[in-house]
Amino acid sequence: MTEATMVNVKGNKSSFAARFDRITKGGSDSGPSWLMPARQAAFARFTELGIPTTRDEEWRFTNVKRLGELVFDPNGAAPSTMSNDQLTPFDLDLPGGIKLVFVNGCFDASLSTVPALSTGVTVLPLVEAMATQGSLVEPHLTGCSPFEDEPFASLNTALMQDGAFVHVAKGTAIETPIELLFVSSSGGSPSAAYPRVLIVADQSSQLTVIESHVGVGDGVYFTNSVTDIVAGENAIVDHYKVTRETDDAIHIGAVRLHQLRSSNVSSHAVTIGGGLVRHNINTIMDGEGCTCNLNGLYSVDGMQQVDNHLVVDHAKPHCDSREYFKGVLDGHGKGIFSGRIIVREDAQKTDGKQTNMSLLLSDHAQVECKPQLEIFADDVKCTHGATIGQISEEALFYLRARGLSAEAARSLLVYAFARDGLAQIRVEPLRDQLSKLILAKLPHGDVLRETV
Amino acid sequence: MLEIKNLHASVDGKEILKGINLTVNAGEVHSIMGPNGSGKSTLAQVLAGRDTYEVTEGSVTYKGQDLLDMEPDVRACEGVFLAFQYPVEIPGVSTSYFLKAALNSIRKHRGETELDAFDFLAYVKEKAKLVDIDETLLQRAINEGFSGGEKKRNEIFQMAVLAPSLAILDETDSGLDIDALKIVSGGVNAMRGPDRAMIVITHYQRLLDHIVPDFVHVLRDGRIVKSGGKDLALHLEEHGYAEIDVQSASVVTSS
Ligand SMILES: Nc1ncnc2c1ncn2[C@@H]1O[C@H](COP(=O)(O)OP(=O)(O)O)[C@@H](O)[C@H]1O
Ligand SMILES: [Mg+2]
Repeated sequence: MTEATMVNVKGNKSSFAARFDRITKGGSDSGPSWLMPARQAAFARFTELGIPTTRDEEWRFTNVKRLGELVFDPNGAAPSTMSNDQLTPFDLDLPGGIKLVFVNGCFDASLSTVPALSTGVTVLPLVEAMATQGSLVEPHLTGCSPFEDEPFASLNTALMQDGAFVHVAKGTAIETPIELLFVSSSGGSPSAAYPRVLIVADQSSQLTVIESHVGVGDGVYFTNSVTDIVAGENAIVDHYKVTRETDDAIHIGAVRLHQLRSSNVSSHAVTIGGGLVRHNINTIMDGEGCTCNLNGLYSVDGMQQVDNHLVVDHAKPHCDSREYFKGVLDGHGKGIFSGRIIVREDAQKTDGKQTNMSLLLSDHAQVECKPQLEIFADDVKCTHGATIGQISEEALFYLRARGLSAEAARSLLVYAFARDGLAQIRVEPLRDQLSKLILAKLPHGDVLRETV
Repeated sequence: MLEIKNLHASVDGKEILKGINLTVNAGEVHSIMGPNGSGKSTLAQVLAGRDTYEVTEGSVTYKGQDLLDMEPDVRACEGVFLAFQYPVEIPGVSTSYFLKAALNSIRKHRGETELDAFDFLAYVKEKAKLVDIDETLLQRAINEGFSGGEKKRNEIFQMAVLAPSLAILDETDSGLDIDALKIVSGGVNAMRGPDRAMIVITHYQRLLDHIVPDFVHVLRDGRIVKSGGKDLALHLEEHGYAEIDVQSASVVTSS
């Protein structure tokens, strides 16, 4: 390791270590005692791995050096002063909605809505779940996760404070989407939050979770989230992660899917805001006949950067995976897609398909795409395709020749491209809200609103 | 309505239109015929404002204004319409919503009130009948997965909706079976009127049995080499373009 990276690691270590010290010294935010060994092991692992540099293959295109230069308050989040009005832009108005709101990583009961839940459904802030449902939660938080070998997932385990626990019992289906809203509001000095989400869907259950990470105000902050989804046999899980952080935010989050036999999981990553956003999305299809759909849409502008880093692990036979990621890049925006498909020796009849499409709107925008197929079985079907395109001059001319202004025609074509990336969102109010957000970014978006 | 004078246009430094002269008055239908590669589509695209082609010489006056000075969308708003020889497929944008945006853009330009969804729908239904277009096609993305015939019909349908003053139809008949040809021609004929001019580009005389032109011009190697009445088309059908060459060559030598 060179001297420069040593400094970074040390710089970070001190900031994160200070926080870790507070937690291990006890106090109200240290969580249950059974979590402590896992925290310690995770922090040791994080220290060992360090903050990655661009020499690390997994971080070649995403420079997180800045994290090493920020000094975070070791005391964790101050009490929330967030008002309902500040959250209006993020309202989905789902009928009968179940919504947990977290401010700077901590649950805020006054902003949350938890109606009486039907039997078999549990939705709790993680702090409460750890206290009251320890036996259910513990194995998932302390168990040796196959995903743990990643510095930021380790950091989250070491420093997690609150988050959400969602559990649906065997054979239970809940139709209303469960909303988890993580709001960051940073004032003067940089703040950091480590939300942890655990979703457990028992055998033959079904649920939908919308997890949103949003920011208000204009301070620098860091969100380091981990979402673990355990899909039991034959369970159906529809998960949405919406990232609408501010331009000053760094978001490094993991979504880790553990799928058992015949489970069907979709996870959508829609990234509309954030200075630097990295999604580590991993799935292990650990039983026969699983289906996994990973979809994503991101839109970057200015100096924004979004990095979607996917690993799909076909561990068992007869599983289907679909990855469909789209990006719209303007200004000096940068997009990265890295998709690795692993097909284990046992995983015959695997059907894996990966698609990545980028639309470049500016000469300064940049795209990196890195597909990797590692196939150890012989009877499999795996394809990947990547396209990087610009607005078609032919299509533009066709629309203009019918009377649409150059700007409106352009916006219409960008919108059509992006909207296709939202097509698989099954929660209509969410799809509409995201469509409008995409439109709002385009010139003449108002003209096009009805065109959708 | 339209006055083209000594129009030269080139692409990548290669001259394609080599001095076109053509005057089209309101109420007239002009047919332009000519062999493949003679520059028919280039002329159509230049008139619609495609910037791939560079106009190097000449002028085009439309309703007393300099057409070449207008952006493509302004030309459309001023009443110029091009039915493309190869209509473009645009995934993700439905024909009906796109047309509503286009129509309202044109209406706004003319200082007319914009149509709301309800009025637009009623208006469109009436126009769809004109070319017997399947209304479900209008809910689909523009031209995506349309058959060749459906694409051409969609062009004429759009023309009916946008009601231009000058319509340029580029090989709208190519690839149509006789039934579709009759429907498309019927739509075009229904739109003929004293305030509207049409330039009908075709490779085949067959179309002109259905859309009877007032004038026929033969385009060859970027120039109009012969003009005449509708009988010229029949003559061409019998004798081919080669004879025109000989004739025009002799005109050149004798002058
Ligand atoms: N975009 C272009 N780039 C290069 N050459 C072109 C382009 N468009 C037309 N041409 C050339 O110009 C000539 C005339 O083409 P076109 O106008 O399409 O003829 P027509 O419609 O009469 O068949 C042809 O030789 C064709 O290859
Ligand atoms: Mg042509």
